Amino acid sequence: MRWLLLKDLQILRRSPLQAVLLIAYPVLIALLIGFAISREPGKPRVAFINEIPPGSRIAGGGAKLPAIGVNEQICKRVECVHVSSRAEAVEKVRSGDVLAALILPADLIARLNSLSTLSPETPEVEVIVNEENPLKAQAVDDRITALLAQANLFIARQIASEGGRYLNLVVDGGSFNVLGRRIEILGLRASASILQALRPAVPREMRGSLDRVLRFTTLARDNLDVAAPLIDRLAQPIAVDKQSVSASTPPLDVFAIAVAATLTLTFVTLLLVAGSLALEREENTFPRLTGLVSRSALLAEKVGLGIVVGLVVTLLMLAGVQIFVGLDWSRFGLWLAAILAGGAGLAATGAALGAVARDVRTVSLLAFMISLPVALLSLVPSGAVGATLYDGIRVVTALFPFKPALQAMTAALDSAGPGIGGPLLHLAILVVAYGAIARLALRRFASV
Amino acid sequence: MVKRYGGREALRGINLAVEPGELLAIIGPNGAGKTTLLSILAGTVKPDEGEVHSPNGDVGWVPQQAALYRRLTVEENLLLFARLEKRGEPRAAVEEMLELTGLSERRGELVARLSGGNQQRINIAIGLLGRPVALLLDEPSVGLDPRQRARLWEFVSRLAEHGTTVIFSTHDIQEAERYGQRLLVLADGESLFDGSAEGLREAVRGEAPGAAGSDFETAFVAFLQHRGH
Repeated sequence: MRWLLLKDLQILRRSPLQAVLLIAYPVLIALLIGFAISREPGKPRVAFINEIPPGSRIAGGGAKLPAIGVNEQICKRVECVHVSSRAEAVEKVRSGDVLAALILPADLIARLNSLSTLSPETPEVEVIVNEENPLKAQAVDDRITALLAQANLFIARQIASEGGRYLNLVVDGGSFNVLGRRIEILGLRASASILQALRPAVPREMRGSLDRVLRFTTLARDNLDVAAPLIDRLAQPIAVDKQSVSASTPPLDVFAIAVAATLTLTFVTLLLVAGSLALEREENTFPRLTGLVSRSALLAEKVGLGIVVGLVVTLLMLAGVQIFVGLDWSRFGLWLAAILAGGAGLAATGAALGAVARDVRTVSLLAFMISLPVALLSLVPSGAVGATLYDGIRVVTALFPFKPALQAMTAALDSAGPGIGGPLLHLAILVVAYGAIARLALRRFASV
Repeated sequence: MVKRYGGREALRGINLAVEPGELLAIIGPNGAGKTTLLSILAGTVKPDEGEVHSPNGDVGWVPQQAALYRRLTVEENLLLFARLEKRGEPRAAVEEMLELTGLSERRGELVARLSGGNQQRINIAIGLLGRPVALLLDEPSVGLDPRQRARLWEFVSRLAEHGTTVIFSTHDIQEAERYGQRLLVLADGESLFDGSAEGLREAVRGEAPGAAGSDFETAFVAFLQHRGH
């Protein structure tokens, strides 16, 4: 069998395009993944015009709130491209230079301030977008919604904070400025103390009324103490307490590397094994070979070829990713287990495809037509589609080795991830099943 | 031997014995069962009924189309099959075959770059690597020019002279008459004639007297028609 393996490797070496693709493909994937996960997510470029007059401030309780630094707050979250006119902003959006344009109108603060009056006006900001395709439209919508939510939350917190400060003044007393004049507030707590101190000097017949005032101040003070945190909570009434029902979610970079490694392994192994087996028929060597080695041995050799080449190429890809992202090389043994088992499953599938389809071109086409959609389906998360459809997807992806290979690879790369045993067992079952299909299909392999 | 493909009988009760050093030509129209018979003798196809006995050793199989790796060199092809044949000295076996085929000078060339005739010689040499007592050739001269054919048959005849039994199929009646010491005529899976070329001529004259004056090929076609094929 080793001579057959050497022969296939020699043939591979003699096909420069194929050899270059086998090396270039994982290197390219490694570079792409590496760049993608080693850089922080870029801020969206947004054309920005702030027409709010300088010095405008949101008012609350008859006083102006502290300046919120609109420009700084917005430009912290997006990459602001300052433009001078609406027309320039529209042009930048149309040309694709920026994702969107954000225009803060001159009356924005005035409208915000009108919310606390009897004639409120809705404050509006203008957003200009270029929804040239649905994906971009969705992305822009999500960004704008998030930005608006952050802005609303920020303003609500400012108002709540000011409101809380005024409540504290009412309860505890203090001073604040109105139109440049410093005004002292006695506060409920001090008022109650003063009244309590005065009580013995008050005529007996008036003490009943004084006691009522004292009770009121105490009651008001206690309740306003409770109101302060309530006002603060109004800014963000619902807090999120996230509980994950899955054992552990791998970090995004680990998952991305696992996907890239499994995709590399899938295409290399599947296409190579299927094509190599079909080539035996195309070169008319199959009948001659099967007179010298058993069909099962020939299949085992092809699976071995896929595992060896898949292992080398996948490790090459992981080494490439290592340039950008640190990988835990102490788990190398598990990587090997995942690649070998995944490679075996995919190689057995390739052998079955090659034995069934027989023609090299048909085999290549079939391998792509099957592996691409199965790989995509394997990445569909639960809840993203209806329950029945997801059950169907689970069945389909379980019949193909991509998903268990991905699970094994993720488990091998992620130290906090789920166990690798289940995916390895799944792959072992698929190796046996696809091996049996390939062996059966070889019975009619040489016939026209 | 009997071989069926679905409901169709490809071979119907063929009985055959071939002696060492004999050159047997199997002739017949398309679909006669020539390749099926050779495949069964080679062991790549199993008969539904009957058995093949090769008491003196292995059988070498040379399929109709060159069964070679086009992206390997002449030497690499021979070395691979010598190893698969488990020859004790595979490199010595390769040298022997290169000498026999006269392709020593082109050992390093990719098979894809060889002419059809030279590919066929390598194809036959691989069939000989297992030192077979009998060599089975399925239409070995198809696609070769007259000069390549002449060299091929010279090569095959030399093998027979050295004691190798050679069984070959062909569509070319003249070729069968010239190189076959014995002819087996198959049609629709059954044996119509088994004997010498002279014996076939007599049979043709006897069964198709109208075509007796014609050339051998025309007379042979008349013989097949007389037998209902």
